[in-house]
Amino acid sequence: MQYSLEVRIELKKGVIDAEGETVKKTLNLLGYEVEGVNTVSVYVIRLSAESEEEAMEKMDEAARRLLANPVIQNYSISAVK
Amino acid sequence: MLLTGNDKMPDVCVLLIEGTNCEKETQEAFSGVGLDAELVHLKQLLGDCERQRKRRLSDYGMLMLPGGWSAGDYIRAGAIFAARMKSKLGDELKDFVESGNLVLGVCNGFQILTEMGLLPAFKGISDVPTASLTNNLSSCFQCRPTYIKHVNKTPLTGKLDLGDVIQVPVAHAEGRFTFGEKQDMMLKQLIENNQIVFRYCRVDGSEAQEIYPWNPNGSIYDIAGICNPERNVLGLMPHPERVINRLQMTDWTRKDNGDAGDGRVVFESIAGYLKAIV
Repeated sequence: MQYSLEVRIELKKGVIDAEGETVKKTLNLLGYEVEGVNTVSVYVIRLSAESEEEAMEKMDEAARRLLANPVIQNYSISAVK
Repeated sequence: MLLTGNDKMPDVCVLLIEGTNCEKETQEAFSGVGLDAELVHLKQLLGDCERQRKRRLSDYGMLMLPGGWSAGDYIRAGAIFAARMKSKLGDELKDFVESGNLVLGVCNGFQILTEMGLLPAFKGISDVPTASLTNNLSSCFQCRPTYIKHVNKTPLTGKLDLGDVIQVPVAHAEGRFTFGEKQDMMLKQLIENNQIVFRYCRVDGSEAQEIYPWNPNGSIYDIAGICNPERNVLGLMPHPERVINRLQMTDWTRKDNGDAGDGRVVFESIAGYLKAIV
């Protein structure tokens, strides 16, 4: 079966999001009263596996090995329906 | 360059993939101090090329990872180069480092060494990164001269005295050194191990106190370069290969320190060390 998974990478709480801060300041300048902006990266990955669980496990490993740096980032994986 | 079995191998392997772009000036910097540096594509070490072009890391005295935008800086700067090296060259690289050979990573090279777990490597080479070089606090690419203070010696900086200040340019978007959640504990260990080699400072050598632009990226404790506990692997964000000649220094009309730029001493140190151990 082919599965489509979404791997979402975001900065851990307490890690300064320099890009998010810049976007927030710029939105404020444009008159939008936003109070916070966080940037996230999302990878939509298609792969074949025996089950959705196996696909998730594979991408969990991939996230740890490449997509996220555990020092500053958290990740979550969900199936794309 | 094609080598035959009788040729002497070059001293330094300057390793690159697509997007590396500081390899030529790095090679020139080595040749300026009498070292023979070869530009080697990662595929040549992995054997993914014609037979005459294949190379072995163990044939070189030193590995150099130059600056650039390897693999477009996709995912995180250095992450893809690091993953490609680890996937097929992991054991060879581990042997190379644990045998005490020199490894230098500049800018993108420092990011690669960190992503590979070769730095800070408190308990040997780690499987996952234990530090990160992430986006500059300014959220901008920083291309500017910086002043860095030599605070601990390594074989790659042996010709600098402790406390020496050199002017070396940075050019990066992701240079903010951080340990994330474990910042306090890990920084303490880095300091105790004397693994911080260069710290950003002011012109007179006083502390930058994490203040821009002296500290161009917001690195904790003004960290510009660190080494591993064994001191043979060094990563630094500033580019010493860009200030080899006096004319490359911003203050060349005001200072007369001879013909050398401030970065040359790093390459002289490496040459001195490599020639002494032959």
